[in-house]
Amino acid sequence: MSKDKFDYFIKGEKNNYEVIIGLEVHAQVSSNSKLFSGSATKFGAEPNSQVSLIDSAFPGMLPVINKECINQAIRTGLGLNAKINNNSVFDRKNYFYADLPQGYQISQYKNPIVGEGKVLLDMPYGSKEIGIERLHLEQDAGKSIHDMDPSSTYVDLNRSGIALMEIVSKPDLRSPEEVNAYIKKLRTIMRYLGTCDGNMQEGSLRADVNVSVRQVGDKNFGTRCEIKNVNSIKFMQMAIEYEAKRQVELLDEGKKIEQETRLFDTKKNETRSMRSKEDAHDYRYFPDPDLLPLKIEQKLIDDLKKTLPELPDNKKERFMSDYGLNSYEANVLVSEKEISNYYEEVAKLSDKKLAATWMMGDLFAMLNDKGLNISKSPISAKNFAELIQSIKSGEISGRIAKEVFELMVESGDNPKKIIESKGMKQQSDPKELEKIINEILTKNKDKVDQYKSGKEKLFGFFVGQVMKQSGGKANPQLTNDILKKLLKG
Amino acid sequence: MSEIVKKNLSEIIDLIKKKEIKSEELANLYIDKVNKSKKLNSYITTCFEHAIQKSKEFDKKPNLNSLLPGVPLAVKDLFCTNGFKTTAGSKMLENFIPQYESTVTENLWKEGAILLGKLNCDEYAMGSSNETSYFGNVVNPIAKDTVPGGSSGGSASALAADLTPATIGTDTGGSIRQPASFTGTVGLKPTYGLCSRWGIVAFASSLDQAGPMTKSVKDCSIMLEAMAGFDKKDSTSIEKKKENYSKNLKTDIKGLKIGIPKEYRVDNMPKEIDELWNKGKSILKDLGADIIDISLPHTKYALPTYYIVAPAEASSNLARYDGVKYGYRSSKGNDLIEMYENTRSEGFGDEVKRRILIGTYVLSSGYYDAYYLKAQKVRQLIKKDFDENFGKVDAILTPSTPSSAFKIGEKTNDPISMYLNDIFTVPVNLAGLPAISVPAGLDKKGYPLGLQLIGKTLDEQNILNVAYAFEKNCNFKNEIKNWWL
Repeated sequence: MSKDKFDYFIKGEKNNYEVIIGLEVHAQVSSNSKLFSGSATKFGAEPNSQVSLIDSAFPGMLPVINKECINQAIRTGLGLNAKINNNSVFDRKNYFYADLPQGYQISQYKNPIVGEGKVLLDMPYGSKEIGIERLHLEQDAGKSIHDMDPSSTYVDLNRSGIALMEIVSKPDLRSPEEVNAYIKKLRTIMRYLGTCDGNMQEGSLRADVNVSVRQVGDKNFGTRCEIKNVNSIKFMQMAIEYEAKRQVELLDEGKKIEQETRLFDTKKNETRSMRSKEDAHDYRYFPDPDLLPLKIEQKLIDDLKKTLPELPDNKKERFMSDYGLNSYEANVLVSEKEISNYYEEVAKLSDKKLAATWMMGDLFAMLNDKGLNISKSPISAKNFAELIQSIKSGEISGRIAKEVFELMVESGDNPKKIIESKGMKQQSDPKELEKIINEILTKNKDKVDQYKSGKEKLFGFFVGQVMKQSGGKANPQLTNDILKKLLKG
Repeated sequence: MSEIVKKNLSEIIDLIKKKEIKSEELANLYIDKVNKSKKLNSYITTCFEHAIQKSKEFDKKPNLNSLLPGVPLAVKDLFCTNGFKTTAGSKMLENFIPQYESTVTENLWKEGAILLGKLNCDEYAMGSSNETSYFGNVVNPIAKDTVPGGSSGGSASALAADLTPATIGTDTGGSIRQPASFTGTVGLKPTYGLCSRWGIVAFASSLDQAGPMTKSVKDCSIMLEAMAGFDKKDSTSIEKKKENYSKNLKTDIKGLKIGIPKEYRVDNMPKEIDELWNKGKSILKDLGADIIDISLPHTKYALPTYYIVAPAEASSNLARYDGVKYGYRSSKGNDLIEMYENTRSEGFGDEVKRRILIGTYVLSSGYYDAYYLKAQKVRQLIKKDFDENFGKVDAILTPSTPSSAFKIGEKTNDPISMYLNDIFTVPVNLAGLPAISVPAGLDKKGYPLGLQLIGKTLDEQNILNVAYAFEKNCNFKNEIKNWWL
């Protein structure tokens, strides 16, 4: 949707509808140990190898808050421009399930650690602010494995007790495209902060998606449905599109939307009812008596604030003012902390604008082809900067530069070395060029006459001959100038 | 039968320190009497081999500078003991062997004590008569048809019957003080957070507190000193320096102000209890204390408040006993939900189920505000009553229980009357304060009765001192006739 105007509406048979979306994102806190125990949190470990007596809820075991998880939640809150609550409470959310050893999840209900905040999205139709309702900390559950045995369910508690941040947005999102931008922005912010790795394949980031529709112009929200536990942006978008259409069809038929929890079936690309409002669990939330209310000193918040890295919004502004990038370029180059660091290193050593163009073009295409992260790039930032400088100084032409680039990818070598050893340096000596051009003009006397009598198209032919003669190394600008001068004479 | 087992803990420690008895001999004396006392049903598990082995080790290399040198001790079966069955008096944990040691018992072993066995208790500490235990009721050595109180009934019975020189219990609403009162022994519930809850099977987390049960106030101070202490594994543990309660014990209570709360004079209270209370007042007065009438106006709400807060927490704390990870699992059921239902129906007894139901109800949406939230507010008022009066008085004197030990089976079909037994003890748990029950006299049946001294937060030393002075001047004599031998 690269349009200048927002245009995501669902056209029903009678009316035109707007889609209202709110997200509850579950982001796994980056920390070495779990929220209330000392167990490790590494992904992909042997089942039940990262489980303490606390995680498996043995009799008499008690939770103790992991301070690092608290700090990570505060950092994230600050990154979301949110209010950090000096007093918050951990509650028990009671329900039975085989992978929930305590029989309750420790979460935060009425008094979360982080209050209201906001996230800025750059949409093609302008920037848009998405409100954050709250952020709270909670324990993850374990994993039930139903397909290992036909008659039994196995339980892996490695994830049990890992810290999650639930980030609840206001119902400010209006299209799958905005959801895409929102999740990516959240992920970028958390990666900058180092508070969540945002790895959706490993389940570090998942979301419950609330969807409702209303007629365009209507002020009141419609009845919403919650689509549980969607673990990729693509599936979120597909689920929203399906769900919005389903609701519009119902309304067009004069039917009512039932408030319910739904599941997205990724194979059939549809949402299905999981439980209605009447069947909703009564979680019997109450303050966990094993934990004292969480008091956060203002000093800790202030101290953490001082240690925050430059965040993408600020970095983008700086890139625009310091490096003369446009909004689009700056957006792309701050989208990952590593990309922005790479760019800054290159920009400091070479032409800022040309560096941006080459990075977003050839470098990204190559990394994408190879499925590599920029931190694993075969071309170092220093070498890349030298390549940009060689282009800028006229040492090599853009066309040759592409060849040099390929050789750099293959060898990891310094571009100077490649240019030297392959003799790829651009022919920029006017005397040398003049000699070549004179030879060509002499050889093609007939064409020169035709040119002079008005067949100016032949200019291209002469340029081509010069390039052929010089093995593509002739400086194009200089070639043009000299050719024009000599043809005039 | 040896006379040594009748001695107080402090006397036994002296014998060991003077090398007049070896730890192994001592262990064997208790083992001998435990073996002959099965009628009381106070032990669920005996750890005799372990005790003998440990006492031999002690005798080889005795460390006489520890607080409990080579002393064999049995503990309530709510404390998790590494390698020894910990049942909480429930079928649910009938065969549960922890691979970890509770902080409080660990502290005792570090001070030289040796585990002798695990003592019977009400199921998950829910009861006031030790009749809810899956392992059968416990008999009070005072008389063969009486209950020892509960929930630390096995601890109280074993102590009074000389089957352990001292013991520990847990007190959520009176579970140490009431059985102490019923058996003529001393029981102290410390300030909430003084003893770690880590490794104790939880009943109601905001109320549970471990404490000593002993034959004398001095013994009580030794035991408290050994078991108390900050534990970073318990987030509600209080970070403070260890105190030398036994060394600082003194009988001079001149000028201390003792409050007498009028609300503790309840309807239908036996005359004997009132007389006992008056006797207590006059003893303390004779010792130079000022007796001051006070009012704790919200006392009458304490019991209903307790029976909302405690079951609410219990309903959640006991959710982990689901048959999935450890403990009892029913063999019946076709799916997860049926397995849960059958496991919990078969694994829990009636009283536990009753409290889980009450607790689940008061936390349910639509009832939470009317019950749980209101109870929390009343709890604050009860605490405030105490706080305000502790500006005026140094300790509060009340009866420990509204009656002496009742008959086995007398109240099992009347839960309300059973709950009423905790009427004088629960306010202290709700306020998180320390309180001690000291034996004060016998009723006309010859059954012991206790008086309770309630102290300020972390003022254990003070109530121990008052109790110590009281004990020295009360001339209480427990009359246990070893009828079961």
